[in-house]
Amino acid sequence: MLAPEPPLADWLAEFDALIERSPGFFGGRPLVLDLSALPPGKEDDGKLMAHLAGSSVRVMAIEGRQPADLASDMPPIITGGREIRPAEDEPSAQQKAPAPPPPKAALTLESPVRSGQSVTYLDGDVIVVGSVGSGAEIVAGGSIHVCGTLRGRAIAGTVGNADARIFCRKLEAELLAIDGLYLTADGMDPQLRGRAAKVWLTGDTMMMTALD
Amino acid sequence: MAKVLVVTSGKGGVGKTTSTAALGAALAQEGQNVVVVDFDVGLRNLDLVLGAERRVVYDLINVVQGDAKLSQALIRDKRLENLSLLPASQTRDKDALTADGVSRIVTELREKFDWVICDSPAGIEKGATLAMRHADIAVIVTNPEVSSVRDSDRVIGLLDSKTERAEKGELVEKHLLITRYDTARARRGEMLKTEDVLEILSIPLLGIIPESQEVLRASNLGTPVTLSNPMSAPARAYIDAARRLRGESLVVSVPTDKRSFFGSLFARRVA
Repeated sequence: MLAPEPPLADWLAEFDALIERSPGFFGGRPLVLDLSALPPGKEDDGKLMAHLAGSSVRVMAIEGRQPADLASDMPPIITGGREIRPAEDEPSAQQKAPAPPPPKAALTLESPVRSGQSVTYLDGDVIVVGSVGSGAEIVAGGSIHVCGTLRGRAIAGTVGNADARIFCRKLEAELLAIDGLYLTADGMDPQLRGRAAKVWLTGDTMMMTALD
Repeated sequence: MAKVLVVTSGKGGVGKTTSTAALGAALAQEGQNVVVVDFDVGLRNLDLVLGAERRVVYDLINVVQGDAKLSQALIRDKRLENLSLLPASQTRDKDALTADGVSRIVTELREKFDWVICDSPAGIEKGATLAMRHADIAVIVTNPEVSSVRDSDRVIGLLDSKTERAEKGELVEKHLLITRYDTARARRGEMLKTEDVLEILSIPLLGIIPESQEVLRASNLGTPVTLSNPMSAPARAYIDAARRLRGESLVVSVPTDKRSFFGSLFARRVA
């Protein structure tokens, strides 16, 4: 749910900053846009929509607008949220489709990640039982654990999870990132190169320590 | 059951065509019926290395497009009767290849031969992906240096995703062939050691082919190195590699060029 507040320019600036820090923040998930705080205006609404679309944010429905105030090319107004109860006198009520199973907490890969391969798992941690090749990348919503040599890129906590950590048995990484903040190989402590390491975020600083 | 083997690398110039010819000839000498197929459309070399460049009439593209039958395009080797070559086109490029055409040809070749060895072009585009598409076995040719190793890693990733076997959930049997290995330079740290390459690529080692002047000599003669000089170090290494492909377990070592006992005694000039 996104609820812009006036003044719109300031809200948009904050929004842009958020997207820049964590590009995968919304994870492509469609959102509901609550425009009740903004005065109605089809042109302004259109500009806002264009700005959001430019940052790859998908708006599924609008709340807080009267149908008359909504331009024809805007997403539909969300219907009032009343609980739908199955009618008592219908014994053969349609069975509710089973809820999709919750995503697994971690994606485990049992073979090495080869150069050029890109693994993305925004719903949790990624565990690689093997090495990650140079030129490969792992993008995780949670933490990344490499039970081998990390030679490529590890990008953790992409959904705004500053608690995410990166672990590896041997650090030869090209790039490490947690919640949008990144460090290239040149910026890493040379003492830790080739050693088992743990990487985490404290405030706005990437901290690294040896684990062996 | 015929085996389709792809010789691939990602990086160019590491020894795919040389290895295709050498392994093909070694297997043929052991009595196997072998066909080597050149997939490097537009930059064909396998015909040169096998000395068949003056006998090419029809090629892979002609067969793909139905202009010629497979039997018209196959060239039998003059020295080994169970080694045949399906050359690539020199006037076209890889865009002329089609997945259906290649599939048809490989199926037909499987019926006629024991081994179908596909010489892949360098790179990861259509030529390379079609060469590996129907492979049961892959020989990944790598030089012991960083760019070659990274490119080989990329290709191994592709073997696990862009082949028919991968799409069916099966595995392509992968083997590492280290070529142009120079023991002295490896010891000095100028070249990656075998263990380093194996640690990065994590696939079983098929063989180590030492750097040798014999390879260029053989290629200039239009003969696979296993035929031109079977006692040379690279030839012995290729022959051992061919035996391992057939299932024999031999310890991998780097052959050196033999010097006779007297040769080393009298190599030092006296005054």
